[in-house]
This record gives sequence, structure tokens and C-alpha cells, in this order.
Amino acid sequence: MAERTATIASSVGLHARPAAIFAEAAGEYDLEITIAAEGEPEDEAMDASSVLSLMSLGAGQGDKVVLRAEGEGAEAALEHLVGILETDHDAE
Amino acid sequence: MQTLTGVGVCAGRVIGELVSMPEPVSEPAKGMPLGDEEPEAAVARLQEAAAAVKAELKRRAEAATEKDAADVLKSTALMAGDKALLKNAAKLITAKQLAPERALWEAATDYAEQMRSLGGYMAERAADIEDVRARLVSQLQGLPMPGIPQQDTPFVLTAEDLAPADTATLDPAKVLALVTSGGGPQSHTAILARNLGLPAIVAARGVADIADGTAVFVDGATGEIRTEPGADEQELVDAWVRSSGARSAFDGRGVLSDGTEVPLLANVGTPEDARAAAAAGAQGVGLLRTEFCFLGRDKEPSVEEQVEQYTAILESFAGKKVVVRTLDAGADKPLPFLTDTAEPNPALGVRGYRTDRTVPGVLARQLEAIARAEEATDAQVWVMAPMIATTSEARDFARMTAAAGLRVPGVMVETPSAAVTADQILRHVDFVSLGTNDLTQYTMAADRMLGSLAELNNPWQPAVLRMVRSTVEGARRAEAEGAGARNVGVCGEAAADPALAVVLVGLGVHTLSMSPRGLSAVAAVLRSVDLGTAQSLAALAVEQPSAEEAAAAVRAELPVLAELGL
Repeated sequence: MAERTATIASSVGLHARPAAIFAEAAGEYDLEITIAAEGEPEDEAMDASSVLSLMSLGAGQGDKVVLRAEGEGAEAALEHLVGILETDHDAE
Repeated sequence: MQTLTGVGVCAGRVIGELVSMPEPVSEPAKGMPLGDEEPEAAVARLQEAAAAVKAELKRRAEAATEKDAADVLKSTALMAGDKALLKNAAKLITAKQLAPERALWEAATDYAEQMRSLGGYMAERAADIEDVRARLVSQLQGLPMPGIPQQDTPFVLTAEDLAPADTATLDPAKVLALVTSGGGPQSHTAILARNLGLPAIVAARGVADIADGTAVFVDGATGEIRTEPGADEQELVDAWVRSSGARSAFDGRGVLSDGTEVPLLANVGTPEDARAAAAAGAQGVGLLRTEFCFLGRDKEPSVEEQVEQYTAILESFAGKKVVVRTLDAGADKPLPFLTDTAEPNPALGVRGYRTDRTVPGVLARQLEAIARAEEATDAQVWVMAPMIATTSEARDFARMTAAAGLRVPGVMVETPSAAVTADQILRHVDFVSLGTNDLTQYTMAADRMLGSLAELNNPWQPAVLRMVRSTVEGARRAEAEGAGARNVGVCGEAAADPALAVVLVGLGVHTLSMSPRGLSAVAAVLRSVDLGTAQSLAALAVEQPSAEEAAAAVRAELPVLAELGL
């Protein structure tokens, strides 16, 4: 099990556009990738490729989230996804 | 052939296929059962529906030319195919034996409620989820997609009335004309049609009974709709195309045939509007709506920010008159920091100038910003307050404008009380501008948004014309008492109706302000009459027993309208 913690960089949090960018990226991997607010139990983690789940997290700028995945290439996938969360897409 | 008649609100003739706006999707009944369908088959059907909706939204996102619109469509497409949403709905189908549309409704509603409970920006996204929910349910039930119908060939759109949200997504390249069974001459549909220059008819009872796909002829000037159009109708359309092509663009001078000047100005609401109005030849701005600076905000914009925004507009009209209306919040334009949305009757509530009593300071700061923007540009700034009902309000407003260093104070005449006391009001301010939309609603005691009252809500109502006459007479009395020149303008939708424009000038109105699209037609008709004719047509109109008869009597005396297809 690979696990990484990321800090939300987007200035208005994980709302529609940043969530869409992230969900699309997470959906491209052939892996079960989950996301949860830091400190939440692992079995309450949600599907990282679901834009609605991401938005319902209500994660604001500076909040920490935990990404988890298992299987071949999990480490590399999480590395890439953490990079997306830690970019401020609203500043582009 | 079947002929229907409504109220024409924007001239133009077209023949096209009628397509109606779908009914809003209703909630599938609570506990709606799966019935004979196997749960696996229902889940598969749900997934197919989601894939179809997602693909359609994606296609539209790729076709969208505006980046913001494309982003919204793209994120809506993702929501439609959302794995968690579909998984939750599938669980409800198998565990609770719910019909897929009911299961989807519940799963999507859960997410929408979660977003709402987060508040702020996320809460606004709840509406996006509800939009997806409506699309998926429509797809599952085999109903047309909600919103403006999407099809490749242009069509005549019909609806009971259009909401502001619908009008924002209307593609003028695809819609040939608008016909509503409800709505009045001042409804959102009418205002949108005039802005886009789309032929439009409102209050056309019976149009809902014409089947989708029927070919119809629409005449936005006479308000006529005919089914089974033939050679005669095609000839009318051709004549319109010829005359509108021949009607030259507005040359920048509103004038009657005898040389009487009637300056034609534009109504604008944003810096882009102002540039377009200047390009269309407007002789100035007769109504600058300043709400654009304030709407959609939860606190008042700073003076600096306002100066910047007003300056951007004034720059388009160097050396010309720009009538700035101070903030007109309330009623259909609520603002969280100014108005109380819980009022039982907001049209008669704290709106316009009245907000200065409940929240003092906002108006004074706005006047300061307007004065600074005037200093920064070469425009001649006049400033007026909306919703004035008494002479003392006009006097207080004049003092506030003077304190801010603004030279030309005025007020809107939207209430009957202001129209009948115009002589007193004009002792304190230099000009008045008739806002015919509200003046009609308040004179006739008829809500302007209510389609069922469209007949009352018509600026051709002789009572409204008499209010205009009373205002002009008040201005003349004030002048006779030595007050100096007093300008009476009209900045409501009425000014863009070429026949009514003649009547208004005949009643003694000095300037007309309208959506820039209306300038060339109004200028062409004014140029065909002299002041004496306009005065006798005005006298004819005010003596009629109804709005319809007033319009018909005046139109009958203006053959130029038929020649121009107006």
C-alpha cells in the first residue's frame, strides 16, 4: 500500500475545476486510488476519480488529504497526483 | 392555416420550425419501484444513460467557443459519469429495489445537499449537480433534455416564459425568433430579444398548442404567428430582409423631418456595452446601469474600484452626455449588503434611492466615485436617482450630488407620484428620465414579471402615456417659473418601439435612450414625421380606450412602419 499526504494549493479549495482536473488524472490509472481528509479512518476514504466525492470533501486551501493506492506503479501514480493537488490551478 | 396574435416586442420576420422549451424535470415518485426489470438490467440502463449524457456534454464542451462555458460543460460532463454517484445509485437499485431514475435522484440529491451544507462557493455547485440530476433522469425516462433545446438547424423557440438562466445559454445563431405564451412586453424574454435583435412575440396564447416541428411564420412587429406558411409569408420575409438590409445604420443624429433634434442615446450596463453603443452611433448614454459593479458581491466594492469601472465606461463617450443612474438594488436585483430579501412585496419595498435611508453611506461613496470618474474623463456626466416618490427625496439627492461635486442632478420618473409632481421635483433637479418599465407596472398596479397581466403591463396604456404627458407639463411649468431648461428623457423599453417613440416625442419628450440595437429603426421612423404629426399622433393615442387600440390607431397613421417591416 502506497500512501502520500498532500496539501491543497488551490486558492478556493478542491472545487469544480481543480477537482475535475484531479479526478480525470486519477481516473487514467488502472488502480484503485482513494482520497481522505487527514486523520479520517482508511475505510472512509473515497474514490479519487469521483469529482463529486472530491468536492464533498470540502477541502480548502492549506488542508491536508491522504492519497492511497495499491499495486504496480502505485508510488509513481501518487507522486504525480500529489503534484496536481499541490499546484494552484486557479492562479493559472 | 392558423393565425395567432401576441404582443410583438422586437421587429423581424422569419419562417422556421417551432421547437418548445421542455417542461422542467419533476422528481420521480418516492419509493418508485423497479417493477419487472432485473436489478442488473436497471443498473446497466443507468450506466448507458450516464454515458450518453456525458458524451453529449463533452461534445458540447468541445464545440463551446467560450472558455468559461467549456469549463462548466466539461465539469458537468464529469459529474454525469461520476463513478461514486453511479455506484451509490446502483446500490439503491439492488438493495432497495428502486427504479433507476428514483435511485439516481436520491444519490444525486445527497451530493447536492452535502455541497449546500459546505456553504460558500461549494454551495453554488449544488445547482450543477441538480442540473446533472435532471439530465440523467430525462435520459432515463426518454424525455427531452432540460434547458434550451440543442439542434443543428436554427429554430423558433417557444416557451411559457424564459428565465434569466435560460437566456444566458441561448445561442443567437441557433434561435431564429422567440415566442412565449406568457410574459409581458417588459419580461426577461422581451429584454433579451431586444438586446440580441431577435424577432420576438410575448403573450401569444395558444402557441403551446402548436406541435413541435410545425413550420411557422413569425412577425415580431405585428405579433402575428401563422402556421403553414406559403408564398405570401415568404414574400413578407423577403421584404423584411430587403428593408432591414436597406435601412442604413444609425448615422448618429436623431432628427424629425422638420429638423427638430431628438438625441438618441443608449442604455448600457457594462464597459463592453458602452463600446458597442459608441460604435452603433449612440449620441451618448441615457441610462448607465451601475449595478454591474455591485451584483454578485457580498460586500460593497471600494470607491477606487468603482472609479476604475465607471471610468472605463465614460472613456467611450468623450465629449458626450452620460446619464449615470445610481445603484438600483432591491426588487428583482437584491444585494446582500443593502436589501432585505424577506420583504413580502419587494417591488413596493426598500429599493433604488430608498436604500440610502436603511443603509446610509453606500450612495454617498458611489457619488464620490462617479465624480472622480468624471474628473478623469471628458464625458459630460449627469447623475440620477432611481425610485423617487417625493419632492423632498429629489431635493435631498440634489444636495448629495452637489456635495460630491457633481453638476447635473436628476431623478428617474418611475412612480405615478413623481410623474404628477414633476413640476415641484424639477425645481430641485435639472432633468428627469422616465423609466417606462416600472412606470407602467406602478401606474397599472400590475407586476411586470407576470405573464397573465401582459395586457395591463404595456407602455401603450393611455394611463401611462398620460403620466408621460403630466411629466412633460411639469417640466414646462418649472421652466416657466424660471427654473432653467429642464430635460425630459425616456430610458425604458418603450423608447425602442419606433411607433411609440413618435408618440413620446409628440408628448414633448426631448431625448430617447434604448438598447443600441433599436437606434436605426427608431431613427428611420422619426425622420419620416414632423413635430406637428407626432403631436397629433400623441393626442390620438392618449384618447384611446386601451393599449391595443392606442397602438393600432398610431400604427395606422404611420405607413412608414409597414414599408420598413417594423
